[in-house]
Amino acid sequence: MFYREAGDFSTTYAEDQQTFPIKFDRYRYYVVLFVAIFVIPFMVNDYWVNSLFLPFLIYAIAAIGLNILVGYCGQVSLGTGGFMAVGAYACYKLMTAMPDVSMFIHILLAGVITAAVGALFGLPSLRIKGFYLAVATLAAQFFLVWLFNRVPWFYNYSASGQISAPERDTFGILITGPNTDAWATYMFCLIFTVGSALVARNLTRGSVGRKWMAIRDMDIAAEIIGVNPLRAKLTAFAVSSFFIGISGALFFSIYLGAVEVGEAFGIQKSFLVLFMIIIGGLGSIFGSFAGAAFLVLLPVLLKIVGVDWLGWPTDIVAHLQLVIVGGLIIIFLIAEPHGLAQLWRVAKEKLRLWPFPH
Amino acid sequence: MKYKLGTLAVAGLMAASPAMAELVFPSLSYRTGPYAAGGIPFADGYADYFTLLNERDGGIGGETIRVPECETAYNTEKGVECYESTKGEGALVYQPLSTGITYQLIPKVTADDIPMLTSGLGRTSAKNGNVFSHVFNFPANYWDGASVAVKHIMEQEGGSLEGKKIALVYHNSAYGKEPIRTLQELSEKHGFELKEVPVDHPGQEQKSQWLQIRRDKPDYVIMYGWGVMNQVAVQEAANIRFPMDKFIGIWWSGSENDVLSAGAKADGYKALTFHNVGSDYPLYDDLQKHVIDTGKTAGAGDQVGTVLYNRGIYAAMLVAEAARTAQEIHGVTAITGGQMRDGMEQLEITEEKMAALGLPDFGPEFSVSCDNHGGEGFVAVTQWDAEAKEWNLVSDFMQSDQDVIQPLIDEDSKAYADENAIEGNC
Repeated sequence: MFYREAGDFSTTYAEDQQTFPIKFDRYRYYVVLFVAIFVIPFMVNDYWVNSLFLPFLIYAIAAIGLNILVGYCGQVSLGTGGFMAVGAYACYKLMTAMPDVSMFIHILLAGVITAAVGALFGLPSLRIKGFYLAVATLAAQFFLVWLFNRVPWFYNYSASGQISAPERDTFGILITGPNTDAWATYMFCLIFTVGSALVARNLTRGSVGRKWMAIRDMDIAAEIIGVNPLRAKLTAFAVSSFFIGISGALFFSIYLGAVEVGEAFGIQKSFLVLFMIIIGGLGSIFGSFAGAAFLVLLPVLLKIVGVDWLGWPTDIVAHLQLVIVGGLIIIFLIAEPHGLAQLWRVAKEKLRLWPFPH
Repeated sequence: MKYKLGTLAVAGLMAASPAMAELVFPSLSYRTGPYAAGGIPFADGYADYFTLLNERDGGIGGETIRVPECETAYNTEKGVECYESTKGEGALVYQPLSTGITYQLIPKVTADDIPMLTSGLGRTSAKNGNVFSHVFNFPANYWDGASVAVKHIMEQEGGSLEGKKIALVYHNSAYGKEPIRTLQELSEKHGFELKEVPVDHPGQEQKSQWLQIRRDKPDYVIMYGWGVMNQVAVQEAANIRFPMDKFIGIWWSGSENDVLSAGAKADGYKALTFHNVGSDYPLYDDLQKHVIDTGKTAGAGDQVGTVLYNRGIYAAMLVAEAARTAQEIHGVTAITGGQMRDGMEQLEITEEKMAALGLPDFGPEFSVSCDNHGGEGFVAVTQWDAEAKEWNLVSDFMQSDQDVIQPLIDEDSKAYADENAIEGNC
């Protein structure tokens, strides 16, 4: 009824090519942005930000990054945790070496450094494919974690090998450390998340993204029609690692504040982000958000319901959490193998015909 | 985005719970995951002691005690979530029982004015209260443990360690790396050779490490392990026939869980401790009467009397006494986190006090001051008797080598103070 293209006329090419061609979608998007920017910062406290919003926003960036590589370019990667660690340690070294520089610049630089490392580890992708590539990126995961554990320079020779974020600000507002305001860290991460999503969305529907998808769908055919596989694969690795590096830097400096590489960026982190994009939907920006929300917010929600409302013992709730989240993953994958993003697409199709489906 | 809004509503309802006049001691426990075997008895002991105080004395100073529990699974992200969700309830003190979570919480508790007690764990240099105003690690810390282990070995060897070889098998994390600096200093001082053997989380696979030990033939092995790593290490040591009485674990590697699975082969294994073992104390009679018989135990109630259960009791006793001290200093019963901090800083544990609580000779005597948040560093050695299935104290409480440790603490805390621009609190 109200969700349709009819009556919405495009008079320019720009209008014709916009991300949300349906008016209802567009307004919904503006409303979500409005609420995220102008409503939530005034309502949040430490608990909401540190337990829900920060992990959601940061994992969404990581999921977007991995989705570019796996979902759009078809290169399976298990090195996400390692690349997040590169972002975190790069950020730490930059923060401690140049305390006066704005955190915005540090985070972006950490992303750039991770992009370089990611491109380096992407080189084998030119020769090896599929599962073999997954194993090669797995090697990157273990190597990077080992490196940050092994070389004291990375953690400034601290006795325990932990890195902890000192207090830093941007435009005079504290962003890292314990004395930050909830809204400040939230807004800081929100800017990066929205920015990443916009950049990723526009990259993936432009010529670069089309090349990635061509490689994903059939690399030999892509090569024949003139896509340079070296450039396409390496840009995918670099762009993907850039986002993952940003998320790693935010994860360390804003969210946790202190990090131990093996515990925070181990193999389980790689799997977690991979699950996010599989559940959310490969090759979809919305899917990255949906997957991150599913795996970050659902456990917290279950904990609140089980422990705080029903008063069950914490260990039973923790076990139930695993069972429920695991069960839901299986149900989702059976009912909708293309992830939450596909459910969303189907819902939109239905909505288009509603209320007269015939 | 849709999910986010839904969760918002839930969190909003949750945050609306009323604040009551009671003493809140949150328990960031872990009853799941690879470290659950150690987390469960500690959490049970911690909760049971407070239940006893509630049932027998009506709380502390007439204020009832509440112990909200939050599951961390030894995971730092969940630890942060737990901290944030409990700190608003008027939390008085945190004891996360995880070095990783401790590191994360050190700046946060300082900013939120809530003290944190990390007995025998966490950041060792937090002993320097001048820099770490809200963090306490009495009665002993990792470096005390390393030093006393070496001291004990020296006693066994008749006073000299020249030319001896000691291997350190450690959990490759912030926790396991803590003693390395101290042991390096000690190896220079006493002339023994130190071999570092890291074991990665969670430590279920240690074949290569023990092969290396078998090849290097160290005279002694010191272990800094936790969780499933301990059992595996004891088993592997038994497999290569390493003499068990020359294998010494830190206090986190010295519970029943760690040795029972190796059976008779674990006989003679040693571990350090900063409190006494067994359940032969008057307090346990009260515990039996008020908590166990009434069915108010935390968890399954099957951990009573184990080493880590005792540690939970001890941890709860220390903060309960600190709360009492705080009530005396400030003349109010409903204390705040900041007042609790003052109580911890002026805490004094004497033999009379422990005897009055029904725990005679349970731990070392110590007193806390503004400069010294870590006590005197007295540690004892226990040994496992596989036949009787019990731990026995085989040494007195000995003081660690303060000449070595104090300069290291000063150095490390100074680095933290410089990094975070801390002027000093004393």
